Amino acid sequence: MDAAVRELSYAQAIQEAMAIAMDMDERVFLMGEDIGVYGGAFQVTGDLVERYGTDRVIDTPISELGGAGVAVGAAVTGMRPIFEFQFSDFATLAMEQIVNQAAKMRFMLGGEVSVPVVMRFPAGSGTGAAAQHSQSLEAWLGHVPGLKVIQPATPHDAKGMLLAAVADPDPVMIFEHKLLYKMKGHVPEGHYTVPIGKAEIRREGRDLTIVATSIMVQKALDAAAALEGEGIDIEVVDLRTIRPIDRQTIIDSVKKTSRLLCVYEAVKTLGIGAEVSALVAESEAFDYLDAPIVRLGGAETPIPYNPDLEKATVPQVPDIIAAARDLVKGVR
Amino acid sequence: MAGASKAVADSRANLPFVYRQYSPEQLRQVLHKMYLIRRFEEGAEECYMRGLIHGTMHLSIGQEASAMGICMPLAEDDQITSTHRGHGHCIAKGAEVSRMFAEFFGKTTGYCKGRGGSMHIADVAKGNLGANGIVAGGIPIAVGAALSSKMMKTGKVVVSFFGDGANNEGAFHEALNMAAIWKLPVIFVCENNGYGMSTSTARSTAVKNIAERAAAYSMPGVIVNGNIFSEVAEASFKAVERARAGEGPTLIESKTYRHRGHSKSDRNRYRTKEEIEDWMANRDPITLFETELRDFGFIDDHGIQAIRDAVAKEIADGIEFARASPAPEIATLENYVYTEHA
Repeated sequence: MDAAVRELSYAQAIQEAMAIAMDMDERVFLMGEDIGVYGGAFQVTGDLVERYGTDRVIDTPISELGGAGVAVGAAVTGMRPIFEFQFSDFATLAMEQIVNQAAKMRFMLGGEVSVPVVMRFPAGSGTGAAAQHSQSLEAWLGHVPGLKVIQPATPHDAKGMLLAAVADPDPVMIFEHKLLYKMKGHVPEGHYTVPIGKAEIRREGRDLTIVATSIMVQKALDAAAALEGEGIDIEVVDLRTIRPIDRQTIIDSVKKTSRLLCVYEAVKTLGIGAEVSALVAESEAFDYLDAPIVRLGGAETPIPYNPDLEKATVPQVPDIIAAARDLVKGVR
Repeated sequence: MAGASKAVADSRANLPFVYRQYSPEQLRQVLHKMYLIRRFEEGAEECYMRGLIHGTMHLSIGQEASAMGICMPLAEDDQITSTHRGHGHCIAKGAEVSRMFAEFFGKTTGYCKGRGGSMHIADVAKGNLGANGIVAGGIPIAVGAALSSKMMKTGKVVVSFFGDGANNEGAFHEALNMAAIWKLPVIFVCENNGYGMSTSTARSTAVKNIAERAAAYSMPGVIVNGNIFSEVAEASFKAVERARAGEGPTLIESKTYRHRGHSKSDRNRYRTKEEIEDWMANRDPITLFETELRDFGFIDDHGIQAIRDAVAKEIADGIEFARASPAPEIATLENYVYTEHA
């Protein structure tokens, strides 16, 4: 197949990245619940256990706290674990090890150790899994110095950022939206990395900057395409990393467009949109603003089961279109 | 450590384990280190009272035989995870008291460059992966270190120290289970000093002995008198042999007592003066070991005094080193958060 047009799903891209990482470095191994013969709850590890064996694709008991701690301990002592949470919601069971240990160990020990652990979190709503299997908790971890937190939005980035994460000496938390797993896109063969801490401008525009994360990037692009016919020219910034955040790309974009809309799935209050808004308000881009900053985030509610309610909980393309149009037309 | 020769060993055939296993010089070094732990903590406490050390600290005075006994059969590259009451473990694993004092004083020459303090004291070069401010926080980390040992075939054994309070944390149970199913070279050492802060094990723990928890994870559960060095060292020796042979983990419950309160805020309202005085007067681990050494002819009063004098000097020198060391520059505040800033 022509490498230039090769397409993989987001899940396949992650799986390929893990295989490449294991081929390149014998210290890399996978841990998680039902990631072996079952292939992972979302089939991301798939058949990797057949290629790498149960010593490198390790099924853990249902012990998120202990499992995360084992991954931290292995990382500190020379291994390169990739730990899969079955659902990002289960990070709540492992917050102690993630927040108190993985994030702080290097600092507390005065730089005497590194914690090169990668943790993967299938996140987000849209699967009918209700309140405990649908959350977007990335901002919780984004609040913790010592962690790096990324949200790849495309198959290309899912592979490249995972390979960057594995090579990173510090703990990297990857939030993967479950609805993206089937998304197809161009994924180059072989090893490549996409840098952590660097946002990507997905679409250039003059009238409005939309800073979006994860699945909201595609929705923002769809909204931008729809508004093209109305003569509204939108720039879409895929944040990709929420810690460390790429301030400059955001600031430069807002200086160009003079309007900012933040779109993210997590609960709106105290979320990544607040951070993006504040960093723009604190920067020289503030003087360029022609309209108030607007945030579109998740409703102030747990994710409900009913599909219509579930959909209404998080920003959808029409919501983005309406907000963008209002901003540019000066309704806000 | 090297064992005693066969002829010497035969002459000690009726003595407890450590007197058969280790040389007189090694045993005198143990007494030296037990004094070093005791005097280090007394020195730290005094510096705290005088305002030279801030924050808080958790003293292990009364638990020295436990730390020394467990670490006795460990090699230098074997690893430990420790607890908030971890000064003894750190010294037992080979740390220098000068750099420990420097850490308590918040100085750049400290083991954590002044970022960790008492509660995160570590000595990675000697295999101490760090004390921990979270009860049971170090237990899964020790299991992960043991997984590394097994995967990289380094032959290292990992010891996880924790207190009786940790045995009711979920991390304890999850970690023991994983260590058992994967047969990892790790030793779980519960230093049961009778109280999790103010709550006695009788009030907090459904089993009479924490070692009984081992049955649930299909590993040996061993109870030792944590104030008798030889008993602790013998149990540790067997657990280390089992771990190195690939036979899996052991849970050792070392029953001991802390003479001091939980931390500097403790008013000691949950135990009687009589109870504390009884432990101090009749079951002090250093007194017990020193008396045995003397009775068995391994040391005389002159030798004991020489150890005490040497330790006193080491402590005084350590405090002086800490006082004279530089404090971190404020500009270095964000160092060590991420690796590239180091």
